Amino acid sequence: MKLNKSLKRREPLTDTQLLLTITICIFFGMYFLAMAIWGGGFLRWQQVFDMLNNNAALIIVACGLTIVMIGGGIDISVGGVTALVVMSCIVHMNNGGSIFTAVLLALGIGVAFGLVQGYLISYLEIQPFIITLAGMFFARGMTTIVSLEPQKIAHEGFKQLMKTKIEIPLLGYTAKNGNLIPARMEIGVVVALLIVVIVFILLKKCRLGRQFYAMGGNSQSAMMLGVNVKRTRFYSYLISGTLSGIAGFVFMMHTGAGNATNAAGAEMNAIASSIIGGTLLTGGVGNVIGTLFGVLTLTTIKAIVTVSGLRDPWWQSITTGAMLCFFIVLQSVVLANRGKGGLKKMLPGWLKKPEETDAGKL
Amino acid sequence: MQNDVVLSMRGIGKVFPGVRALHNVDFTLRKGEIHALMGENGAGKSTLIKVLTGVHIKDAGHIHLDGAGEVTIRSPQEAQALGISTVYQEITLCPNLTVAENMYIGRNKDLIVKWKDMEKKADAILQNLGIPARAKQQLGSCSLAVQQMVAIARAVDMECKVLILDEPTSSLDDKEVAMLFSLMRDLKNRGVGIIFVTHFLEQVYEVSDRITVLRNGELVGEYEVEHLPQVELVAKMMGKELEGLSDLVRDDNAAEDTSTPVYEAEGLSSAKGVNPFEFAIRKGEVNGFTGLLGSGRSESVRAIFGADRVTGGKVKMDGRQVKIAKPKDAMKHGIGYLPEDRKDDGIIADLSVRDNIILALQVMKGFFKPISQAEAEKFADEYIKALDIKTASSETPIKSLSGGNQQKVILARWLLTHPQYLILDEPTRGIDVGTKTEIQRLVRKLAEEGMSVTFISSEIEEMLRTCSRLIVMRDRHIVGELKGTELTQEHVMRTIAGGGD
Repeated sequence: MKLNKSLKRREPLTDTQLLLTITICIFFGMYFLAMAIWGGGFLRWQQVFDMLNNNAALIIVACGLTIVMIGGGIDISVGGVTALVVMSCIVHMNNGGSIFTAVLLALGIGVAFGLVQGYLISYLEIQPFIITLAGMFFARGMTTIVSLEPQKIAHEGFKQLMKTKIEIPLLGYTAKNGNLIPARMEIGVVVALLIVVIVFILLKKCRLGRQFYAMGGNSQSAMMLGVNVKRTRFYSYLISGTLSGIAGFVFMMHTGAGNATNAAGAEMNAIASSIIGGTLLTGGVGNVIGTLFGVLTLTTIKAIVTVSGLRDPWWQSITTGAMLCFFIVLQSVVLANRGKGGLKKMLPGWLKKPEETDAGKL
Repeated sequence: MQNDVVLSMRGIGKVFPGVRALHNVDFTLRKGEIHALMGENGAGKSTLIKVLTGVHIKDAGHIHLDGAGEVTIRSPQEAQALGISTVYQEITLCPNLTVAENMYIGRNKDLIVKWKDMEKKADAILQNLGIPARAKQQLGSCSLAVQQMVAIARAVDMECKVLILDEPTSSLDDKEVAMLFSLMRDLKNRGVGIIFVTHFLEQVYEVSDRITVLRNGELVGEYEVEHLPQVELVAKMMGKELEGLSDLVRDDNAAEDTSTPVYEAEGLSSAKGVNPFEFAIRKGEVNGFTGLLGSGRSESVRAIFGADRVTGGKVKMDGRQVKIAKPKDAMKHGIGYLPEDRKDDGIIADLSVRDNIILALQVMKGFFKPISQAEAEKFADEYIKALDIKTASSETPIKSLSGGNQQKVILARWLLTHPQYLILDEPTRGIDVGTKTEIQRLVRKLAEEGMSVTFISSEIEEMLRTCSRLIVMRDRHIVGELKGTELTQEHVMRTIAGGGD
């Protein structure tokens, strides 16, 4: 919708919008392709909801990372924090804690990591990579201290919460025996989508959000323009930490079990999703809607790999790697050639079309 | 009279490790005046500006602002809040945001950005000031000149009392400068006090009301423009009577040289969009590429050096055909290139003066044959002395040197490789009159010693003084070649403008 407006007034797309368009086009292209070739599960809405159900926590973590990356930073502690939250909350609830105090605990751990890391990175100006690397090790270590053994949730109320699913009959399908099976969505997905919306509004409409972009575009300039860069950077890590805490809780609602290897590699998946979604590692460009589609694209690719018969887990890693590489090359080629008239020449025909027809229609 | 004063700085002092950047400097700015701040490199202009804008914190002195009394400025935000706005030589805006956002970010405490309002207001201001930009445009898609004007528009809209323009004209062409000046006069009439920092003497006399001169971190004096002839100003800036500017007279009777050119290009073109061109230079010749900004003069020499991807053409050196595809090839054939953008392409900011000097030689020798410490020391000292580079020692990081001295270091870097053909792209931009003259002299001297030099400058006068042949470019084509008696400002202008009309 934002896209239409800017096209109507004939303003060229900003970098952020351009990358977002590419991501969304590729996602739908890929998904429709999967529907056409493999059909089956891909034709059901439940497939989409399963993708969301399984990745709600990843979406939340990726939202936080998108903010940090737009601001020109990086946070690789998010996976560790998520795992720590899962383990702590389960142990807490199994020892008589309530759901409410578990939520507080989750938020508390996330905020604590955000505060400390944010402070060290922003005010003491230490490399974010190093600080959050330390944070990652710290969180992983703490997780095993909390419990070495894998834990299963025993809290009855929470089990009930886990089972609660939102049913959408309209998007369901009719099973062979004639029963209508509604599409099911977990509560975690609602939380995740809510967070996507909130972060979207934050980035688009709020002063703080725009300051993230300014800082990522050129932090020196942002300072000269009167942006309090240190505080802004601090907030970006604080938000990322807090979202990791929430992600931990959502993760727990999905799995109901705690393990020291929970959310292993979540930080890398989140970074990959953000990049596929059009967030540049260099900062200043990115969009949280893109990140959502980034997560979905990554998941779709994995699903496609699986249905096409390559069931061994390493095929997923290999395709993720190839996908990431493809997107990064595509982004840099597109950005390097825009405005020079070279864009049309550089893009292969099948990629050129969606944008041109889009522009032509409006 | 006293009531007119917007800003008064008294006894300002600032010390950096090892350098006394400012000592007991006074500066007074009145309402509705354009006040030029002049001085050579290292005179303390930048430091004074940075103290005023809160980038540096003063060590001594007082700042009084009209309406606010005595103030202490600790950050750019505080300066902004007090009505002090700055437009820097390097654009300090965010290229990834829209024009409107760049004008409004960091200015209010509203939690929510009101895009529609903001864009409407921005468009109104841009239109009012005649700036060719649209509010919704991404800033990075505007030309540098327009970006600068957006920065000024931002300052204007902030109803600043003090507007600082730090070298605003160095990357603008004449038309844009004229536009900027009318903008400045407009602001002046609205009662804004403008501090104008520049190296262009003519521009100072064109717009300024008053001039304050600094030298070596100290105040020389404050003068009314009418009472200070240009020559005297230069003398005050340099702290001596101006010899030199006029004694650089070329001998125009150089005979037609028919020897084999040192460098010869045929149909050379590059990926940066230079149209195929022919070019040759002979031993001991100084020639220059001239033309308006964006005419392709820099792109042409970059093609010669192989700095941009060469897409076609033949190159001969000393009559033999060679292939120059990348800078290292050019260096091997004895071509040196001093880039236009000192900060991005030239200096390596954190390395010492010495390491910056030996860099090109080291690259030519290959990194597996390191230049010994003693040798490097010897080279560095030799050139620091020869070019009179003002640095504490050869160990000093280059970033702490003033612009002119940085430029000399880069020049030394190339001279050390003993090139037979040296390309200097804007070697005098942003540096003071004294160093400018020194560099011009040096170029003539190198030519007399047999080196071929291509010299590029935005200042036509300087080109006329230094070069014996001028290649004039327009829209990425060579449109003329001037030599001997044709070398007059009028001729150059005519050639640039084209005979068509």
